Amino acid sequence: MSVHDSSLTSTRQNGEVSMSTTPETEKVPVFRTRDLAVYYGDFRAVRDVNVDINGQEITAFIGPSGCGKSTVLRCFDRMNDLIVGARVEGKVEYHGIDLYDKDVDAVEVRRRVGMVFQKPNPFPKSIYDNLAFGPRLNGVKKKGELDAIVESSLKRAALWDEVKDRLKASAMGLSGGQQQRLCIARCIAVEPDVILMDEPCSALDPIATARIEDLMQEIKRDFTIIIVTHNMQQAARVSDRTAFFTTEVNPESDRRTGVLVEFDFTEKIFSNPGDERTEAYVTGRFG
Amino acid sequence: MAHATGQWQTTDLKLSSDRRRSDTRMRWLFTAAALTTLVVTLLIIFILFRDAWSFFVEVPKADLWTLGWFPRRGYFDVKTLVVGTLMVTGIAMLIAVPLGLGVAIYLSEFARPRVRKFLKPIIEILAGIPSVVLGYFAISFINPNIITALVGGANKAFNIAAAGVAVGILTVPIIASVTEDALRAVPLSLREASYGLGARRVPTVFRVVLPASISGVVAALILGISRAIGETMVVAIAAGAVGGGLFSTDPFKPGQTMTAAMAALGFGSDQVAGDGLAFQSLFFIGFLLFVFTLLLNLLGDRLVRRVREEY
Amino acid sequence: MSLTTPDRFGAQSANEVTVRLTSSSRDVKGRAVEWTLLSTLLISLLILVALIVNLVDRAWPILSGRLGDFLSSGIDASSAADAGVWQAIRGTLILSVIVAVVAFPLGIACAVYLEEYAGKSKVAGLIRINVRNLAGVPSIVYGILGLTIFVKFAGGLTGGRTVISGGLALSVLVLPVVIITASEALRAVPRSIREGALGVGATQWETVRSHVLPSAAPGILTGTVLALSRAAGEAAPILLVGAVTGLLRTGNQSLWTQITDGGFTSMPVAIFSYARQTGADFQAVTGAASLILLILVILINGLAIWLRNRFERSW
Repeated sequence: MSVHDSSLTSTRQNGEVSMSTTPETEKVPVFRTRDLAVYYGDFRAVRDVNVDINGQEITAFIGPSGCGKSTVLRCFDRMNDLIVGARVEGKVEYHGIDLYDKDVDAVEVRRRVGMVFQKPNPFPKSIYDNLAFGPRLNGVKKKGELDAIVESSLKRAALWDEVKDRLKASAMGLSGGQQQRLCIARCIAVEPDVILMDEPCSALDPIATARIEDLMQEIKRDFTIIIVTHNMQQAARVSDRTAFFTTEVNPESDRRTGVLVEFDFTEKIFSNPGDERTEAYVTGRFG
Repeated sequence: MAHATGQWQTTDLKLSSDRRRSDTRMRWLFTAAALTTLVVTLLIIFILFRDAWSFFVEVPKADLWTLGWFPRRGYFDVKTLVVGTLMVTGIAMLIAVPLGLGVAIYLSEFARPRVRKFLKPIIEILAGIPSVVLGYFAISFINPNIITALVGGANKAFNIAAAGVAVGILTVPIIASVTEDALRAVPLSLREASYGLGARRVPTVFRVVLPASISGVVAALILGISRAIGETMVVAIAAGAVGGGLFSTDPFKPGQTMTAAMAALGFGSDQVAGDGLAFQSLFFIGFLLFVFTLLLNLLGDRLVRRVREEY
Repeated sequence: MSLTTPDRFGAQSANEVTVRLTSSSRDVKGRAVEWTLLSTLLISLLILVALIVNLVDRAWPILSGRLGDFLSSGIDASSAADAGVWQAIRGTLILSVIVAVVAFPLGIACAVYLEEYAGKSKVAGLIRINVRNLAGVPSIVYGILGLTIFVKFAGGLTGGRTVISGGLALSVLVLPVVIITASEALRAVPRSIREGALGVGATQWETVRSHVLPSAAPGILTGTVLALSRAAGEAAPILLVGAVTGLLRTGNQSLWTQITDGGFTSMPVAIFSYARQTGADFQAVTGAASLILLILVILINGLAIWLRNRFERSW
């Protein structure tokens, strides 16, 4: 379990994998996957995923529908455990620890690796209680401490000014964009070090989307962010690194398996991709 | 966030033991609760079978096919009870099927939403009527007014027909509600296709919607039959034949069903006698009843689940 | 200007076509069918009305004459003039309390297991099918169960033929209903709420306790009230467990002794008992008791429906 002091990028061309190492001694991979594959029953949804996710960076997963981006994302907080029949093979390391080790408690993982979902899902309770839920579970009881956490989380999620006078109001009364920022604040309240975002803006209008993108840039100083997005421009705007996935049709079963094609700095993916499939996708020729 | 840099250990990703223990404990509690339902079924089967078998082994077989059901005197003619049950169920279905289907079809396909909201509670109230009340209704109203009118007074004060009608009333709600669910499960697009071809409502309902929901309708009927077979109190009050009954196929005379026979055996002084053959016959009939209704329910359930998901 | 159609449809004037299109009210056959169907609903309504009218009619001597006395007298199957229902009412109330205390937590816990923990596993499927079957078992079989287990086998604990045994037997009878309605209520809670809670690091129990159960509570409440109404109307299991049908002397014993040691009865059993009496003077007694029970059941069901409408939640 040594601290890796270089980050790994891989490209796949003509079936061969080539590795290039870029010495960046100050960046430590928060996640590292090796030959990650996810099965639902017998069906292999995604295969051979090798990525390193670095701290204080925004990593984007892009690709056409069904390529497994959300599936891979949900490996990082063990949300796939909730699906009956889901099986993870290969290795997922979090700060060097095998995330699927039997001594690792998924509940604790989920505190440290937060998730924001496609459709905002605030609890049908007050704004205050939405935010206080997590900290209360972790033993914070005193009103003063909870108040402080609620305020700081809302401030960091750029929502404080809009709701500070109605913390006791129901969260369901907020607009879509506000609800999503509330969900982000809810994650922040338990002090994670990673925030996973599964198409967080797809249910929001462009203005709300822009605010969340700005928010992501602000908070990436404190959190590692992985975002799955359908929106290529968003990935290009927001992320530091990008992983491009695509689907392969299995000729025998006629089912599609997702596969990681290329993973590199965002600039490179969008301006000079190494794989022709990546190029076809980012230039809009397919997907 | 104690490890911004530096080595992480697996133990960093352990949950507070209080919370973990609490979670595990509650999980076991819920599992145990669920397992009790299995225990109940097993107990029922065991209890019924044990004494039913003992009865069956000990009873002189000739006594099972004789002139009637008089358990305290040693006459255990099962077919009396079965025929009684069939008659009551048959008459009940004569009432419940047209009413139940009619109500369901009307509420689902013809009634406007506001009318529906108003009229549906009628069925819900009907569903809530306790069976003893209907039993009393059978002897105080159905028999004197309706049955007598039908056969011109050739009926006795207690008879199968009156009980059958009351059981029929009892069964209307279940047929109506399962059928209605089945009809509403038929996709709107099917109806639209029919209207689009110029068909009117009645042909659409009877030639398109009903056939599409047929398995649900059949399920409703099966569940209705099962309900009618299992009804006890109405028959205990209205069909007479408390101490026993001669074999009879005349619905206008008193009669005995499986359930009423069980009720007669199960309470009062016979309990004190405890383990006599008469008392054990209670379990024998109970076992037969349980098996009948179980098979019917499994069949009906299978069909219902084809119509809608789970419950 | 007249519309013309190809000869094979026959020449039709604009007038004829207009008549065809607008004369749906002339669809005699269709209307007849619709009215026939409506009549089934009206017959059902009529039956309900006939029932209530008949009960009121039979019960009138008591309703107008000695209602208070009726409500406070004890069960007496030998003398119509002395017969009353207060012990039956009390029995029904105590039975309801026992059912609420035993069946509701057990049933809701089972539903939580099925919906929150077991998902689609084989065990869950087996339990679900089992519950559905239990829901269809004739009530008298639960009477046999009650007699054998609660009265005879566990007689030391329950006191034998007591209201406790009766309540336990009723609880088992009503358990499947509670489980089924509670399951439906839990299933209606959207998955996103659970994911939101788990996503910030809550355990499954914490998620259920803080979010799923509170959200499902209205539906669960409605279901349990309906189950209670069902239990209140059942007679067969109570009869088999040993409810008293003739004369019940409760005398001066304390409530606790009466519950744990004494005989008991309930409204449905009282009605059964009175209905069997052949004297004409018992007609009023039976009618009045039936009316009271019917009103009680309708009130409980009405409460359930009101609760359902009050707390109807759209996600």
